[in-house]
Amino acid sequence: MSVTKTVTVKASQPHAFKVFTAGFGTWWPSSHHIGKADMAEAILEQREGGRWYERGVDGSECDWGTVLAYDPPNRVVVSWHLNGEWAYDPDPAKASEVEVRFVAEGPDVTRVELEHRHFERHGENWEAVARGVGSDGGWAGILRGYADIAAA
Amino acid sequence: MATYRTEGLGALGDPMRRAIFELVATGPKAVGELARELPISRPAVSQHLKVLKQAGLVVDEAVGTRRLYRVDPTGVAGLRAYLDMVWDRALAAFAAAVENEEPS
Repeated sequence: MSVTKTVTVKASQPHAFKVFTAGFGTWWPSSHHIGKADMAEAILEQREGGRWYERGVDGSECDWGTVLAYDPPNRVVVSWHLNGEWAYDPDPAKASEVEVRFVAEGPDVTRVELEHRHFERHGENWEAVARGVGSDGGWAGILRGYADIAAA
Repeated sequence: MATYRTEGLGALGDPMRRAIFELVATGPKAVGELARELPISRPAVSQHLKVLKQAGLVVDEAVGTRRLYRVDPTGVAGLRAYLDMVWDRALAAFAAAVENEEPS
């Protein structure tokens, strides 16, 4: 299963790619994170095999996943390792993937296509977590995180 | 590029249902609590909850004399709806950043 999103921005393809990757921490909503500490910074390493992670205000680091493909200025793919408690899960079989493609529509216009796929791999896990920790666990906790975002 | 639209997301096409889903996502809520936080009547809230329930986004249960609505903890439809909102917000922030920052 997947969610797809498209946004068109008034920027060149290389600039759009650079802001998305190198500038990841400048725009990622800071309320949306998985570490126990408040997030100081979100980082997307600019190389295949690199990490996608957050650094907390206390200096702790919390992995989100791995950079599976890094192809500037066209494409970046990351894996998202999250379990039902909105925490890092190292099992690749339970990771979803986010692919972002940058398509030049003009010198200063870029279409950004995002596809978050295989997230049903989290779903099975979430069900188990929900059973394990009771009705307030799993989903409710994750969505409280979303409510924080929405209110930010 | 394939775009999968489920009934779940279709149910969130209505802004008021989206608002209700977001409130329910913060914790179990009764109809009355939702009606107090929204500019619509209790019957209208009930009607929206019915649609959200049919779409597999929320479930309800009787707790004493109250009926509480919560996000379906086992539903992938809810997960999809959640991710849909996360990416809407993230990409809006990205678009603002990319257009405000001078190319270097």
